[in-house]
Amino acid sequence: MAIESLVLAGAGQEVGKSCVVVSMGGKRIMFDCGMHMDFTDHRRYPDFSRISKSRDFDSALTCVIITHFHSDHIGALAYFTEVCGYNGPIYMTYPTKALAPLMLEDNRRILVERSGEEEHFTSDHIAKCMKKVIAVDLKQTVQVDEDLQIRAYYAGHVLGAAMFYAKVGDNAIVYTGDYNMTPDRHLGAAQIDRLKLDLLITESTYATTVRDSKYAREREFLKAVHQCVASGGKVLIPTFALGRAQELCILLEDYWERLNLKVPIYFSAGLTLQANTYYKMLISWTSQKVKETYAKSNAFEFKNVHNFDCSMLDAPGPCVLFATPGMLIGGFSLQVFRQWAPSELNLVALPGYCAAGSIGRKLMSGKCTTIYLDKDTQIDVRCQIHQMSFSPHTDAKGIMDLVKFLSPNHVILVHGEKPKMASLKGRIQSELEIKCYDPANNETVCIHPTHRVKASASDQFIRSCLKPNFKFSKGSLEDKPDSGLKDMNYSWLRVHDERVDEGILVMEKSKKAKVVHQDELLLLLGEKKHEIQFAYCSSVHIDQLAVTKDMDVTSESNLLADKCSLMQRLFAKLSNELRREGNIQYFGEHLQVESFHVSVCSKDNCPYRILDGPQNKSRAVVYFCCTWSVADEKLAWKIISIMENFDLCAT
Amino acid sequence: MKLTCLSKGDGFHFPPCHILIICGFRILLECPVDLSALTIFSPVPSDFHTVLDEENSDHAAQDSLNAETVCWKRQKAEKPLEAKNLIYAEPWYKTVKNLHLWNVSFIDIVVISSPMGMLGLPFLTRVTGFSAKIYVTEATARLGQLMMEDLVSMHMEFRQFYGFEESGFPQWMDRKELELLPSALREIVFGKDGEELGSWMPLYSAADVEDCMGKVQTLRFGEEACYNGTLTMKAFSSGLEIGACNWTINGPRRNFLSMERENVHSSTPLTTDSSNLGDGNSNSEEFIKSLLNIDESLEEMEKLAFVCSCAVDSVKGGGSVLISINRIGLVLQLLEQMSIFLESSTLKVPIYIISSIGEELLSFTNIIPEWLCEHRQQKLFSGEPLFAHVELIKEGKIHLHPAVHSPILLSNWQEPCIVFAPHWTLRLGPVVHLLRRWCGDQRSLLVLESGVDADMALLPFKPVAMKILQCSFLSGIKSQKIQPLLKILQPKLVVLPEYLRQEVTCSSTILFSVFHFSDKETLRIPSLKDSSEVEIATKASQLKWRKLKKKGMKITRLEGELLMNQSRYLLFPAKMTTSSKQRTSLLHMGSPNLERLLTMLSNMNVSGSLEQRMGESDNVGVIHVHDPYKALIEVGATSTVITSADEKLAGLIFKAIDSIMEGI
Repeated sequence: MAIESLVLAGAGQEVGKSCVVVSMGGKRIMFDCGMHMDFTDHRRYPDFSRISKSRDFDSALTCVIITHFHSDHIGALAYFTEVCGYNGPIYMTYPTKALAPLMLEDNRRILVERSGEEEHFTSDHIAKCMKKVIAVDLKQTVQVDEDLQIRAYYAGHVLGAAMFYAKVGDNAIVYTGDYNMTPDRHLGAAQIDRLKLDLLITESTYATTVRDSKYAREREFLKAVHQCVASGGKVLIPTFALGRAQELCILLEDYWERLNLKVPIYFSAGLTLQANTYYKMLISWTSQKVKETYAKSNAFEFKNVHNFDCSMLDAPGPCVLFATPGMLIGGFSLQVFRQWAPSELNLVALPGYCAAGSIGRKLMSGKCTTIYLDKDTQIDVRCQIHQMSFSPHTDAKGIMDLVKFLSPNHVILVHGEKPKMASLKGRIQSELEIKCYDPANNETVCIHPTHRVKASASDQFIRSCLKPNFKFSKGSLEDKPDSGLKDMNYSWLRVHDERVDEGILVMEKSKKAKVVHQDELLLLLGEKKHEIQFAYCSSVHIDQLAVTKDMDVTSESNLLADKCSLMQRLFAKLSNELRREGNIQYFGEHLQVESFHVSVCSKDNCPYRILDGPQNKSRAVVYFCCTWSVADEKLAWKIISIMENFDLCAT
Repeated sequence: MKLTCLSKGDGFHFPPCHILIICGFRILLECPVDLSALTIFSPVPSDFHTVLDEENSDHAAQDSLNAETVCWKRQKAEKPLEAKNLIYAEPWYKTVKNLHLWNVSFIDIVVISSPMGMLGLPFLTRVTGFSAKIYVTEATARLGQLMMEDLVSMHMEFRQFYGFEESGFPQWMDRKELELLPSALREIVFGKDGEELGSWMPLYSAADVEDCMGKVQTLRFGEEACYNGTLTMKAFSSGLEIGACNWTINGPRRNFLSMERENVHSSTPLTTDSSNLGDGNSNSEEFIKSLLNIDESLEEMEKLAFVCSCAVDSVKGGGSVLISINRIGLVLQLLEQMSIFLESSTLKVPIYIISSIGEELLSFTNIIPEWLCEHRQQKLFSGEPLFAHVELIKEGKIHLHPAVHSPILLSNWQEPCIVFAPHWTLRLGPVVHLLRRWCGDQRSLLVLESGVDADMALLPFKPVAMKILQCSFLSGIKSQKIQPLLKILQPKLVVLPEYLRQEVTCSSTILFSVFHFSDKETLRIPSLKDSSEVEIATKASQLKWRKLKKKGMKITRLEGELLMNQSRYLLFPAKMTTSSKQRTSLLHMGSPNLERLLTMLSNMNVSGSLEQRMGESDNVGVIHVHDPYKALIEVGATSTVITSADEKLAGLIFKAIDSIMEGI
C-alpha cells in the first residue's frame, strides 16, 4: 500500500498557502486549507478540483485537519465547506477553533475592503463552517473512523498550533504545519513523541536560516522602540491580531513595568483586545512560565494597553500602536502607515515574515524611500524601519533536529522557497540519509512504506523469547588492555545474555499466519521428529606415560578413576583452547559443550569407530566417543581436532 | 488477570478501591480516604472552655484534655450519642483498609480516576519503597492537589489548637480508651469486622503532597500512556467531576475497561461522552452518546433550582445560608444558579466563598475548556468566560476569601448572606465556625450533601435550630443504566460488584459472561485469547519459505528480537549475518527413504551399500559408505546417526539426508 501525497496548490515551493492531501490505506486526509493573500483571483484558493473532478468532496476526503489559525493554513476553509460544499469532519485544536473565526473574519474584511471585490464567502459562511469543526486536545488519540487515528502534538508556532500525526494500519505520517523549536515569550517549543513514521511532511519557511539568540533580538527591538518614544515618535507595529501581537505585548508590558514608562500602548481595533479574552481562557496552551500566572494575575491581562481610536491618528505625543493586518498588506495598518511614514521621528517595526509583493517586504529590503500604492498614491518613507525576525517558524537547525529526532523513512518539504528547499533537501539526504522530496504545486509524491507481516503468536513462543540465554565465559586481561591490573593474576566471569529469539512462522492457506515454537510445530503438523546426529569415536594416542603404567592393575575402580582423570585433563585442555566458543560442562564421566557430548569409550567394537588406514600399534590408544547435532558441526570438528592433536601425557 | 476489591467505597467522596493484576503487573485502582470517618472527632471546640468549666464541677482538677474526656466516657452507659462522646484530639484519617495487606513497593501502577480517588495518594507515596507509576488526568491532578492542600491547611487549625503530638500513637488510640467509646463510634474506628484500626493514619504534610504530585504523571483525555511497552492506558471522561474519567487498560492479550462510576449526565460541567472497550473486546472505539438522558440532567437541574429557591427563601426571612457542598462541579453550577435566583428576586445579598483554595480553584476552572462539556466549550468559541463566576466576582456579587478571619472579610461582612464553605464533614474548615454562629438561628439554612450522616455530623453543634436541607445528587451511574450501557459496549466479560447481583439481571440476549466480586476477595478472570498478536517487520516476500508436502502449508524459521511496544509484539529479524552461513535445517520430520538417500549420495559421488535386517521396516537400516572415505549412516525409526572421520564427508551426508526430508 502506497502513501500518496498530493501537494495541492500552495504548499509546494511557495510560501503563501498550504494544502496537502495525503492518501494512505484508502483514507484521504486534507492537511490545511490555506489562502494566498496576494492574489485576488482563483489563484488565491487551492485547486480543489484536483481532489475530485466531480466535486464530490465528501466521498473524496475522509477528513480535513487544520494545524493552526493563520490564513495561509485556514483561509480557504469556509470557502471549501460552504461554497464548494464539503460536509465531512474537520479537526483542529481548541484554540484554533476558538480563534479561527476571528482570523477568517479579519481576512474577509480586508479582502472586501481592499479591492471592493465581491465576497467569496460571508460572515455567515464562517459561522456555519466553524459549526462543523471538531475540537481536539493535544495528544488525544482521535479515532476518525475505524481505521484512521489522528493525534495532535504541540507545535509552538502560534497559540493552538499543532503538528498532526495520522495513522492507518501500519502506515503513519506526521504533518507539521508551521512549528517552532525554540520557546518564545508566551509559547513553548514544539514537542512530539518519538514516533515510527513512514513519512514526515514538514514546513521549510526558514530552510537555510539559522537564527541567533532571541534575547539579543528582543533587546534590540525594545531599544529601538524606547528610543523612538523617548524622542517623541510614534511606533507602528503592523501585525496580525493573534499571536505576535500578544507576544510583543507581553514583552513591552514587562519592559514598561520595569522602566516605569507611561507612554500609552494601543491595540488598533477591538479585535486584538477580544483576542486577549480568548488568550486568557486558553492560557494552558502557552508556555509553562506564562501558564503558572493564571491564578493571581493572568499574563494576558495587560495593564498598559488601551483601545485605539481613529481620532488619535494625528494626536501629538509618542505612542506604540499594534495595528492589523501584518505585512502592511492593507487595512488599518496601511492607513496608519500612510499617515506616519513621512515623519523621521516615527518607527515602523516589522515583526516576522512578509510575503513577497507586500509593502512590508519592500520596506524590509531597505533603501526604499518612495512607495507607490497605486498609480496616483505614493508615500514618502522617512520613518525608521526596524525589522526583527520574531517569526515563530523553526529555522534550519530546528527542521534538521526534528527530522533527525523522528527519523522517518521519507521527508517531504513544503511551505518554503524553492532554492532554499532544494538546499535543505540536499542536507537531509546527505547528512541524515533520509529520502527527501520537494514537490512543486499539484505534484504527487508517492512512497512505498514497508509492510509488516501480522501473525498470531503462541504462548510457548512468547515464553521462550522471554527466557534469558545466559552464557558464561572467563575474561582475561588481554581482553582489557587498558586495565592497570596486568600484574595481578586476575580473571573474571563474564555473563552474556545474547538472545536470539527463534520461532517458526507457519502459513496455511486461508488461515492466519502463526508463529510457534519449534517444539510445537511437530504437534501442529502431526509429524514425528526425526533426529539426525553425528557420532564419531575418536582415537587419541597416549605415549608411555606414568599413569598408564600404573594402570596395569586393571581393577574396575582403577579404570573408573583413570577415566575420570582423562576426562579431567581433557576438560582442562578444552577450557584452555575453547575460551570463546562455548560453555564447557564437566560431568565426571563425560563433557558437554552445547550439543557436543564426549566420553571415554571402553567398548572394544564401537560402531562409531571408523578405522581408516593402518594403526600405530606402538602407541597406546584411548578412545573418546563423541556425538553432536548439526547445529554445532563446526565446533565439534574443532574439538575433535584438538583432541586428536592432544598429547595426554604432556599435562 | 485477577481483580481484588479492597474497599467497595461509599458515596461520591469515597470511591471504591481495587487491585488488578494484569499481564503480571499490579495496578491499584484509586487511592481514596474515608473522610466520613472524621465525624468521630470533635471539631476544634471554640467554646471549649465552657465545656471544660461544666465538667470541672464534677471532677477534681484534670491534668489533660484527654484524661478528662476519658472520665466522661466512663460515666456513660449506652446512652444516645452526645457531643462529649466524640474524640477530642487531633484527628487521624482512615485509609482503605485492605491496602495495608499489600506490599506498597510491589505495586507497579496506580490509576486514579477522580480528585476524590486521589486524596489518599500521599499516604502511599511517602512510604519508602514506593515506586509505582501514577496516572492521573491533568485536571484531576490539579483539583486533587488543591483538595489535598486544602485538607492540610484546614487540619492545621487542629494542630494549632492541640499542639504537636510527641510520639507515635495518640492517646485516643489506646485500646483501653477505645473500649470505652460508644458502640457507634467504635464501629467507625474498628470497622464492621473489627479489622480496621490499622488503617488510621496521621495526615500527610504539605511537603508530602508536593512530593506526591512530583510522582504523578498527568494525561489528557484520550492520551495514550504506555507502561513498560506492555500496557497502554487511556482516560475517557466519565462526567462525574471535572477531569474524572474511566480508564481503558490494553495489554497484548487483555483489554480492560475500568468503569468506576460512570455518570451519564450532560449538564454537569464536564464532557460525558466517551468510554468503551470491555474486557477482551476488540480495539475499536465507540462512543456512548445515546445514554445521555435528558430527564436525568433535568432532574439534577431541578434539584439545584430547589436548593437555590430554599436559599432565597431563608435569605428573604433574614437568615443566612451555609452551603457545605464540596463537589466542584456542583458548586460552580450552584454559584451560577444562585446569582440568577438572587437577581430575579431583586435581593442584594452577598455570596461569600470562604476557602483557602477558592481563588485558585475558580480561576483554574476558567482555563480548562478542554475538560468541560460541549455546552461550556461553546462559551469558549463565542468568547465568553466558561463560568459566570468570573463576571460575578468582577461585579462584586461573589466575594472570595481564604479564611473566616481574613481582615477584608471581617470588614465587609454582611448578614444575611450566602456562604459556600468547606468541609462537607462539618469537622474541618470555615464551615465549623459559621455553623456555631448560626446553628441556633432558626431562620438560617444549612445545605448538606446526602451521604453525610446528618445526626452524627451535627452532633457537636446540638441543639440545632437552623433548617437543614440535605440534597442527594447523582454520584455515579444508576443501576438501571448499567444494562443499556453494557449493550453498547458489548464486552465479552463483565465484572460487577456483588451488591449489584440483584439489581443487574442479565438477559439471555446479551452475549457476555458476568462475574461478581465482593470485598477482600480475589476474583480470577479467565483469559479469552490463547495467543498474542505479533508483527514481523519484514516483507513477506523476503522470507525464505519452505513448502511442506501436504495441506499447502509453508513454513519458515524466524530469528531475531522480539520487542514489545504499545502493547504489541514486534519481531525484528536479526541482521542477515546468518544468511551468509549456509542454512541447514535443524529440525527434521518423518523418516528418510533409504533408496532415495542412496541415489542422492551417489549423485554426490558418495558410494555406499545398504544393509537392512530382515523384518525391519523399509526406512530402517544401515548404509556403509566406502568412497571417498569410510562412513556409516545408521537410520532408525526416529533418529539417524552419521559417523565419519572426515568433516566434509559428514557434511555431505547430512546434506543428502536433509534434501530428502522435510525439516526446518
